[in-house]
Amino acid sequence: MEYFFTEEQKMIKDLARRVARERILPVAAELDEREEFPAQMREWFGETDLMGVGIPEEYGGLGGGVLETCLAVEEISWACPGVATAYAANWLGIMPILLAGSEEQKQKYVRPVARGEKLAAFCLTEAEAGSDAGAIRTTARREGDFYVLDGTKQWITNGGEADIYTVIALTAPEKGPRGASCFVVEKGTPGLSFGRKEKKMGIRASATREVVFTGCRIPASQLVGREGQGFAIAMRTLDRARPGVGAQAVGLAQGALDRALAYARQRVQFGKPIISFQAIAHMLADMATQIEAARALVYATARTIDAGAKDFAKESAMAKLFASDVAMRVAIDAVQIFGGYGYMRDYPVEKLMRDAKITQIYEGTNQIQRNVIAQELLRESARKG
Amino acid sequence: MKVIVLIKQVPETTEVRINPETNTLVREGVKGIINPFDTYALEEGVRIKERLGGTVVVVSMGPPQAREALQDAIALGADEAVLLSDRAFAGADTLATSRALAAAVRKLEPYDLIICGKQAIDGDTAQVGPEVAELLDIPHVTYVRRIRELEPGRVVVERMVEGAVETVEMSLPGLITVVKDINQPRIPSLKGIMKARRAAIPVWTPADVGISEELVGLRGSPTVVEKVFVPQVERRGEILEGSPREVAEALLSRLEALGVR
Repeated sequence: MEYFFTEEQKMIKDLARRVARERILPVAAELDEREEFPAQMREWFGETDLMGVGIPEEYGGLGGGVLETCLAVEEISWACPGVATAYAANWLGIMPILLAGSEEQKQKYVRPVARGEKLAAFCLTEAEAGSDAGAIRTTARREGDFYVLDGTKQWITNGGEADIYTVIALTAPEKGPRGASCFVVEKGTPGLSFGRKEKKMGIRASATREVVFTGCRIPASQLVGREGQGFAIAMRTLDRARPGVGAQAVGLAQGALDRALAYARQRVQFGKPIISFQAIAHMLADMATQIEAARALVYATARTIDAGAKDFAKESAMAKLFASDVAMRVAIDAVQIFGGYGYMRDYPVEKLMRDAKITQIYEGTNQIQRNVIAQELLRESARKG
Repeated sequence: MKVIVLIKQVPETTEVRINPETNTLVREGVKGIINPFDTYALEEGVRIKERLGGTVVVVSMGPPQAREALQDAIALGADEAVLLSDRAFAGADTLATSRALAAAVRKLEPYDLIICGKQAIDGDTAQVGPEVAELLDIPHVTYVRRIRELEPGRVVVERMVEGAVETVEMSLPGLITVVKDINQPRIPSLKGIMKARRAAIPVWTPADVGISEELVGLRGSPTVVEKVFVPQVERRGEILEGSPREVAEALLSRLEALGVR
């Protein structure tokens, strides 16, 4: 499909594709097997400027928007969805600062991320606050010119690896979500520590850890936006980032299709390549059709956001929901086409099937996405009377 | 430190096809790339600049579309690029090519080091590097796999020879040709690619580099390619049967009959 990209968008896509195919693909299986965070993040994404794709030029980035970021994420995910997670989580981590941070915070924290010198992570989820993000318990108590953070964040992507943590914590616990605020905490701050690294089903090249705050004292200047804005900042961050999960799912699904297609052409049974059997050919046709539909929705949503739309929570949720469900189905079908070989870890598609599952769960489960969409439908219909 | 890197644009190897009628390379629609061995030369030049400061100038001779290869070189970190392109340069063999490149290098003097890939993947001659050095009357070392020491006026390199590695010290200015063991070429950065698009790449003619048209291109080439063809392989196998003794005797008498002693 022709998506009429600008020259710059094509350039970003081509370069991300090169990095993905020449550098990431050869090590993807090994990173998965060893559950290893890639030490080459800076080389892959810093030295090529890909880290700065979604960062404004005044903070050292390339000034691209959500679409440009999605193009990069999609290509990276084609080679390894786990690496794509680490890449996208970095962008998610600085998003609160880009959306609500002071000029000084942007210069200090966003610039090194754009250069790939520092990594970021976003800390919202807690053990008792997953889908119900408003139930967080981590607190930030004001003490003169400082805040003191206490609490444990769970399942933090890039946890332990990141240098910069944006954290949602309660400054007025009695107000619930309205009492939440956003802070930026640097690695190495006394009172910031990391729990165990989670053992995951998929996206095993990405690091997922507990981030623990124990009397963690930070200057009041580390507050992002104003007190009480934390929850709104978190929701705006997620609304902007969700198409990125959609793009990750599209890249993953395309990777699964490409591998299944190549296999179906080469695998001979009953004296013929299996692609000549309609049962297989139709599976491939359905996979391709679903992927193209998901891609079109992700790109359209990204373009809507980049064009300055005010309200895009619904579209953003739809893109994430649809693309991740497609990725799961396509990955399962890819394994089916590979047959017994698909079940073996020597072949690439079982990894994609394991990797696909998380896209239906994280950054808001697909059930939560449906809630968001339904709420918006209700609101729109009430407005019309 | 000023480093000059000589590069060649070649057809993407995976796409090379020969027209069976004319026995010539099908160039239409084939993407041009920097000769893979030259990418190691360029990477080494850029690393020298990053380590010691200075500039990297890339020179290529070729048709106008070779500009793309030079743009790629700028995206990968070269500071300047020059294209030698003119009808008079066309049809050059390695000597005529080396004369043109040497003339361009003279125009870029002073310089410290010239780096070339060990050979081009299309011609495979490995002659241009050493010829340029001879024409410039500077020393050269081929098949370099590592630069051990580098300072103004002097370089120490490791060179691959069959079954061994030679360490060679050479005075500068000089020329080296490099093998792929020397480094892993980087992928360009987005800012590099954007810079390359805007870069001015001057095009030099024989007159610009002060060389007679008689010495370059087809007219300056002593090599004449009479014919390029795909060899017809006509192998016939024969299997001798019998006991080992019988087979050995049969083979011996067959070889004797063929005059093998």
